[in-house]
Amino acid sequence: MSTPADAAVSTGDIPYGIPLERDHPFDPPAAVMALHRGSEMRRMRYYPEGRLGWLVTSHRLARKVLADTRFSSTLGGPAQVPIPMPGVEAYLDFEGDFPLTPGMFIEMDPPDHTRLRRKLTGVFTVKRMKQLEPRIAEHVNERLDALAAGPRPADLVREFAVPVPAMMICELLGVPYGQRERFEADARAIFTTDETGEGKQRAMLNLFAFIGELVAAKRADPTDDLLSDLAADADLTDEEVAGMAILLLVAGHETTAKMLALGTMALLENRDQWDLLRERPELMAGGVEELLRYLTIIHTGLIRQVKEDFEFEGHQIKAREYVTVYVQTANRDEAHFIEPEKLDVTGDAKGHLTFGHGVHQCLGQQLARMEMRIAFAGLIERFPGLRLAVPAAEVPLVTGQSFYGVAELPVTW
Amino acid sequence: MVRIVADTEACASSGMCALTAPEYFDQDDEDGRVVLLADEAEDCDGEVADAVRLCPAGALRLES
Ligand code: HEM
Ligand code: HEM
Ligand code: SF4
Repeated sequence: MSTPADAAVSTGDIPYGIPLERDHPFDPPAAVMALHRGSEMRRMRYYPEGRLGWLVTSHRLARKVLADTRFSSTLGGPAQVPIPMPGVEAYLDFEGDFPLTPGMFIEMDPPDHTRLRRKLTGVFTVKRMKQLEPRIAEHVNERLDALAAGPRPADLVREFAVPVPAMMICELLGVPYGQRERFEADARAIFTTDETGEGKQRAMLNLFAFIGELVAAKRADPTDDLLSDLAADADLTDEEVAGMAILLLVAGHETTAKMLALGTMALLENRDQWDLLRERPELMAGGVEELLRYLTIIHTGLIRQVKEDFEFEGHQIKAREYVTVYVQTANRDEAHFIEPEKLDVTGDAKGHLTFGHGVHQCLGQQLARMEMRIAFAGLIERFPGLRLAVPAAEVPLVTGQSFYGVAELPVTW
Repeated sequence: MVRIVADTEACASSGMCALTAPEYFDQDDEDGRVVLLADEAEDCDGEVADAVRLCPAGALRLES
């Protein structure tokens, strides 16, 4: 039955990479849902050369893997990925572990990870984010005013979803938002799955050069911001400070932006949910959690590398095998959520894994929550009649990045 | 009553506890680690049980 084309996609019942083709913009790929129904943990082949690894799709096991640091966040070499990525072959001959980028604690394990993360955690507490509330509201209102004064239709991505979180993370860090053309394209390139190797390395070098300059300036002449505090910390090298700042800059730019635009589209396409949030603003906090769960913008899943042989859930796991935790299906797991295929802002989304789980759980989550609550509430209040300016099927999707979303969202009112 | 136990070494400063059950959990101003505002809760307090379950670092425990 199988044609050569099929054979490239699957070898027996072992899938070759994750089939990320979607039938519906808000739902996980049907093919991955089918794999999940078959088994919550299975063998999967990784690109580029088909080495065996694992795919985890259930909520229970996703939590378990992400909480267990034997599944390491250091991806090391040779890099294997669950989707085809141009350039990844370049890493095949790499022996040993990749050198770690200084300060990038997202790809470190404890205790290195702990040392760096704890330098920042005081800044991102629930309390500190509450104090930022008025400032976030100012940014949101400024963008809403601009939107109202501008032409219709407008692209909500460019006019609202991208600038709101970008202004906020720049302000927190002390990176001049006015110089964004010097880093925005590079920040985006880091998340691109269409390109590995050279393009990303170039982006990284550019970012290090840009931030390095700023760190030197802040050390000489401190201002009241996170970058100045980090630069003044004798326990951190200049490279570490720059790496940490780049991590925050990149993370603060693309993630919340994706949620704001895709979230708006989901609410417009489920108009009763938009109306519910308009009539009952007190539902917003829960509504944001539900949007995070329902949309799970982590497109390719979270990837870990096994560091030692051990037994896990009856499987023999081997050192150097890769594991992809597919958060999309975990967040639609009927064993954990009631009617997970429905967007219901009054539902209980607690325990969703969109910010991850374990010691790497999103450092910026309380900031992202606050930004989303204020931004969605502001948008709904100011533009209660907001609607898509094109048929939903014509909204261009972003599928070539670690995070999923829309490239443009033409809206009118 | 149940006793609330927090392991500040394991805590990853996620803020999930302070977000979920703010009467019981706060975070340290310096490094965001969990600070207990009470060390006991009613057995049936759903918020506290949720916070313990949601803690990403396994740093919270209830003891009867
Ligand atoms: C809705 C928006 C966001 C989503 C969905 C999101 C998602 C995630 C996820 C899934 C992880 C864990 C990655 C892993 O385990 O490998 C993570 C980590 C991280 N996020 Fe976010 N994020 C968001 C917003 C932000 C913002 C606004 C910031 C910046 C302030 C941020 C900063 C970070 C950092 C620094 C890490 C690394 C934490 C560590 O390794 O300990 N994120 N995020
Ligand atoms: C500047 C900082 C970052 C760099 C240099 C970076 C680099 C990369 C690279 C090279 C990949 C491709 C996978 C591979 O080649 O193995 C990737 C994937 C990914 N990144 Fe990042 N990343 C950064 C920040 C973040 C942050 C802050 C988050 C979470 C909010 C994140 C989440 C992801 C996810 C979900 C994937 C796809 C699967 C995975 O590899 O875990 N990244 N990143
Ligand atoms: S939920 Fe857990 S990891 Fe997060 S702050 Fe509370 S105790 Fe620490």
